[in-house]
Amino acid sequence: MTQPFKTVTRRRLLQGAAALSGATMISGLPFAARAAGPITVGFIYVGPRDDFGYNQAHAEGAAAVKAMEGVTVIEEENVPETIDVQKTMESMINLDGATLLFPTSFGYFDPHILTLAPKYPDVRFEHAAGLWTEGMPPNIGSYFGYIGMGQYLNGIVAGHMTKTKKIGFVAAKPIPQVLQNINSFLLGARSVDPTITCQVIFTGEWSLAVKEAEATNALCDAGCDVITCHVDSPKVVIETAAGRGAYVCGYHADQSALAPELYLTGAEWNWAGVYPKMVRTVIDGGTLENFQRGGLADGYIKMSPLGPAVTPEAKAQFDATLAEMMKGGFAVFKGPLKDNQGNVVLEEGQVQVETDIALESMNYLVEGVIGSTS
Amino acid sequence: MADQVAIAGGEATWLPALARRSEAVVIPLAALAAGLALFALFLLTQGKSPVEFLAITWKGAFGSAFSWQNTLSRAAPLLLAALCVALPARLGLVVIGGEGAIVLGGVAVGAVGPHLGAVPAIAALPIMALAAMSVGALWIGLAGALRQYRGVNETISSLLLAYIAISLMNHLVEGPFRDPASLNKPSTAPLAETLRVGNIPGMDVHWGLIAGIVGCVISWVLIDRTTWGFAARIAGGNVRAAQVQGLPVGRLILGFTALAGAFAGLAGFFEVTAVHGNANGSLAAGYGYTGILIAFLARHNPLAIIPVALLLAGFDAASGLIQRRMDLPDATILVLQGFVFLAILVSDTAYGRFRLFAPERWGR
Repeated sequence: MTQPFKTVTRRRLLQGAAALSGATMISGLPFAARAAGPITVGFIYVGPRDDFGYNQAHAEGAAAVKAMEGVTVIEEENVPETIDVQKTMESMINLDGATLLFPTSFGYFDPHILTLAPKYPDVRFEHAAGLWTEGMPPNIGSYFGYIGMGQYLNGIVAGHMTKTKKIGFVAAKPIPQVLQNINSFLLGARSVDPTITCQVIFTGEWSLAVKEAEATNALCDAGCDVITCHVDSPKVVIETAAGRGAYVCGYHADQSALAPELYLTGAEWNWAGVYPKMVRTVIDGGTLENFQRGGLADGYIKMSPLGPAVTPEAKAQFDATLAEMMKGGFAVFKGPLKDNQGNVVLEEGQVQVETDIALESMNYLVEGVIGSTS
Repeated sequence: MADQVAIAGGEATWLPALARRSEAVVIPLAALAAGLALFALFLLTQGKSPVEFLAITWKGAFGSAFSWQNTLSRAAPLLLAALCVALPARLGLVVIGGEGAIVLGGVAVGAVGPHLGAVPAIAALPIMALAAMSVGALWIGLAGALRQYRGVNETISSLLLAYIAISLMNHLVEGPFRDPASLNKPSTAPLAETLRVGNIPGMDVHWGLIAGIVGCVISWVLIDRTTWGFAARIAGGNVRAAQVQGLPVGRLILGFTALAGAFAGLAGFFEVTAVHGNANGSLAAGYGYTGILIAFLARHNPLAIIPVALLLAGFDAASGLIQRRMDLPDATILVLQGFVFLAILVSDTAYGRFRLFAPERWGR
């Protein structure tokens, strides 16, 4: 009976005592002065920054900014897309004096960045993949790259290397960005051999190692001999597929170290090339675009070096297509094109070049993809 | 005779009481200090300064008005999540699936909310809260019912139900309830601006904090000041004895698990109405699991949940600053939590072992 009362007192005092002990221990200890550069830039990641994937690609960009003269870079990883990220951003602004933030996860945009931007009009929020539209706060920028081009190039190499004529794709969620990558991968392979099919398995989550491994094994069991993916960290997919003897194409970052013999190439972000330029623009007092996109030619994305297994024919077509893309305005999606339900999505003569904003709301899988969007 | 001793002892009568009470303060404090000391050793092995660590933790968690609001914002959902564990625990049930009730509570709001655009907020908000609490109550109540009527272990069933709930949420927000305009982040349709729950006046903390504190107080009154709570504690202590006494154990189990689920569902309501503005996959943020930790550390006492949740939220709020200032990985704060929790749990065995705290030692 007395137990509850006892615990109340104890826990209540526990907190007070923690406060007290903390206060006594720090009293009189001044904080080390923070190096005050002309600008403090904050990077926020949704996962670990060494994930061989999405977050690592951004962290490589942050590392490039860190190397710049007079720039202080602060980073925080594993920040969920909840009130946590709002508080992390505010903490960077209030406690570290950050004036330029790169909250890099897609889910940080709405509502978190949209909530904070009006509150801190002097801070610049630069967000990957968001869709800034007229009427949103002017201190927000949305930037992204046409990485579907990279998956098309992955597909070309995969198309040359597959013997079973079946390639596989481990995908997180059936959202436009992911669907565009799956479709681009298959269309690349079909530019080599129109009989190739691509089987896709959605795991339902951005980061779910067990399901990613299961999906990869299932694809290998189904006879797919070249595998790629679109999940936050491709590490598990690459290692599992390579363990099964399948060729792999990378995504987000360079994963060749995980499967040196079987890694063919990969579609990588080149944030290390983009971020220093953006930070330089801000330091020099210039203006960043509210809506910014770029492709291979603009240095937003790049390809991993071709692996040792890639055949000369594959390399030849890869190089030729890459050169074509570097001119800009390349189109992966051209009519006539059907989805895998048999509906015509692009009529004869219709062409969607890489900059076409309609691509960012893609909701179908093209003919030849085995899988369903729902 | 006894009276005479007491009178003769006069001024010394307060000493035994003090000794007995102080045990409950000194032991956890010593445990906290021991946990911090162990963690300091860990930091030294990593070549980092423990003093700097403490200073930054203090600054990030409680050192300024901003830090306090940061901590309080993070504590808000944790209070309700912890209640979802603490209430059934008084009946001897270990329910660890609060996460499921939180996400489904959020989905319920996301499903109902967009249809209430024309209803005044004063009516619409309670409807949405009720929807969230009902779904939460149903979900955790289901674990209670399985336990009562089918003898299914409630720990396992509630955990498995949480997995089902998260999958169900993903299906619903990506399927039937999806707003077609939500392209790359599948979500339900956004709530009308009038149906958003704002901040507590003068603070940058939403009303969920007040709801959590009120929930803790109500739960404490229920458990410690009502016959229902008394009956629940009897049943928690010894189910056979409670049944022999004719206490309605079955109804208690259903009622307490449903109430626990309702609190968790309410946490989901605040996540949607105060933070996200729609229901989406980010609802599965792990609050339900942190709630387990808090409830156990608070020994399932609803009032003790408040300071423990603050401590945990404070660690959480500080972890960002630790990463940034000391260049330590984000797991560092988890190591600290691990050491402190282990020390506090181990300290449970220390009660009654020290003569110093024995009332007899001081006269009686």
